[in-house]
Amino acid sequence: MPLPRRLPRRLLPQALRQVPSRGRPQRLAADAGLLVAAVAFAVPLVWLVLSSLDAEATLRVRLPKSPTVDNFSAVLTDEITFTPMLNSLLICGGATLLTVVCAALAAYPLSRFRSRFSRPYLLTILFSTCLPITAIMVPVYGLFVQVNLIDTRYGTALFLAAAQLPFAIWLMKNFMDGVPRVLEEAAWTDGASWSQTLLRVILPLMGPGLAVVAIYTFIMMWGNFFVPFMLLLSPEQLPASVSIFNFFGNYGAIAFGELAAFSILYSTPVVLLYILISRRLGGGFALGGAVKG
Amino acid sequence: MTGAVDSTAPRAGTPRARTPHAPTPHTPKAHRARTRLLRWSPLAPATVLLLLFLAGPIGYCVYIAFTDTQLTGQESASFVGLANFRHAFGDPAFLNAVVLTLVFTVISSILGQNTLGLALAGLMRRASRPVRSLTGAMVITAWVLPEIVAGFLLYTFFERRGTLNALLGWLHLPAQNWLFTLPILAVSFANVWRGTAFSMLIYSAALSEIPQEITESAQVDGAGGLRRLWHITLPMIRRSIGTNLMLNTLQTLSVFGLIWAMTRGGPGNRSQTLPVFMYDQAFLKSLIGYGTAVALLLLLVGAVFSVVYLRLMREEV
Repeated sequence: MPLPRRLPRRLLPQALRQVPSRGRPQRLAADAGLLVAAVAFAVPLVWLVLSSLDAEATLRVRLPKSPTVDNFSAVLTDEITFTPMLNSLLICGGATLLTVVCAALAAYPLSRFRSRFSRPYLLTILFSTCLPITAIMVPVYGLFVQVNLIDTRYGTALFLAAAQLPFAIWLMKNFMDGVPRVLEEAAWTDGASWSQTLLRVILPLMGPGLAVVAIYTFIMMWGNFFVPFMLLLSPEQLPASVSIFNFFGNYGAIAFGELAAFSILYSTPVVLLYILISRRLGGGFALGGAVKG
Repeated sequence: MTGAVDSTAPRAGTPRARTPHAPTPHTPKAHRARTRLLRWSPLAPATVLLLLFLAGPIGYCVYIAFTDTQLTGQESASFVGLANFRHAFGDPAFLNAVVLTLVFTVISSILGQNTLGLALAGLMRRASRPVRSLTGAMVITAWVLPEIVAGFLLYTFFERRGTLNALLGWLHLPAQNWLFTLPILAVSFANVWRGTAFSMLIYSAALSEIPQEITESAQVDGAGGLRRLWHITLPMIRRSIGTNLMLNTLQTLSVFGLIWAMTRGGPGNRSQTLPVFMYDQAFLKSLIGYGTAVALLLLLVGAVFSVVYLRLMREEV
């Protein structure tokens, strides 16, 4: 199913309208069931918020005696927050840029031209979206040692980009399929080259789709622990996902309040970015549609 | 090492060279070939990146898995045939990892994420709006949080002095040291907490596509809730179920950070799934060759699931 640009937004209210007006008891039962689930999912999140404001935070959920932002000011140092976050931004930002550019370029011929090999190529792409990347990290480490890419931020970014690329191409192609060809054909007759057509006609028309691909890619990279954990060694190069582990991972007399505060700082960007795309494209509809093809 | 990459590199060019059926009838042959090459040239950057950083390592993985490479002293590496695999299938620690991976996958992906996701999506269609938004927000937040943060949060939840035992004490139930007595169950629940949103979103989309008339006519015919679920809802979303199960399983097979943050595979090796076992053998025990053989097995299992997934998709692509 190709995903027209505005489909999800139109789909959402319709889906909500379709909800039948069943009996009151049934709705109450559904509400109760969902509330139980919501509470169960919320407990660890509540711990996160309360502990970050508690100077004497423990492992349990409890109300802070006197709420304070001391935990935040304690972790807002170069060593704990700023350097790792900057590294994360450089690595994930650079890798996202590379992924989106490569995916947009690759999606164009795959979406527009037919040939004997475009279908096998797409199936290979789809196949590699599913491969467990975790499994190839040992050989990747070995390769990176031999070509001196180990412990470099750009090497890590290159690998992250390659790992996210199959899904990005797939998603991008589905969005591009939704852009009508008519305008493009007009550009062709006016003598535009393929690069001009892609840059001036197609990409502006699929702006929200492009944003979804970029943001989804960035979220996946920002949260990735194993890749930088394997490929980066020196502390000053580590992104937040690994530095948080090094600072707080050695359990014992650790400051849970500071751990919670840093977790919030580290998670906020991806949560905000997710809200951005979910508002724009009706939650998981874009992703669900893309996954279903 | 570069051999693995170089041998695959020329393949990048060949598909572009033969791209027939270009609808440009009145041009000379050479010009047509050039147009085709130009048309497919945007594919080059992505293809190069994928060949270098995905196909290369996979090829290298296949090679290393048949050697006795160790972390120290690459010179001593020699071809050992299937020795690593023979070693694996006689290694109780490997078999332990296989069993734990199966338990982890069945509990967290098939029973947990999949069933809970479907239940939540179903309930959401009947619930009132504020409850629906609240639950959606909680479940999705758990999904969006970085893996390592989720690991820490669930660690504090299951820890001996953590929230779960506090809740149990409050209900006058016996406390447990969950991460010690049932570590695999704890990490499985952690994965359910983290991964259910994906299933929920897929099933929400699938359920909203079931035509209302079908459900209503079944209702008029007197079919009860369970029978409607079994005979109408499930058959109508079976493709989504297949897709979701495949993707969940593949994602669960490669979970590392969550388990590493919560238990590091311990205590002992009682929550050591295959990715953790692979890391442990390759880096902590310096047996790169053996660790890679385990990785190759994991990759093969993943590949089998991917092929099944492709077959499911093939009907729709």
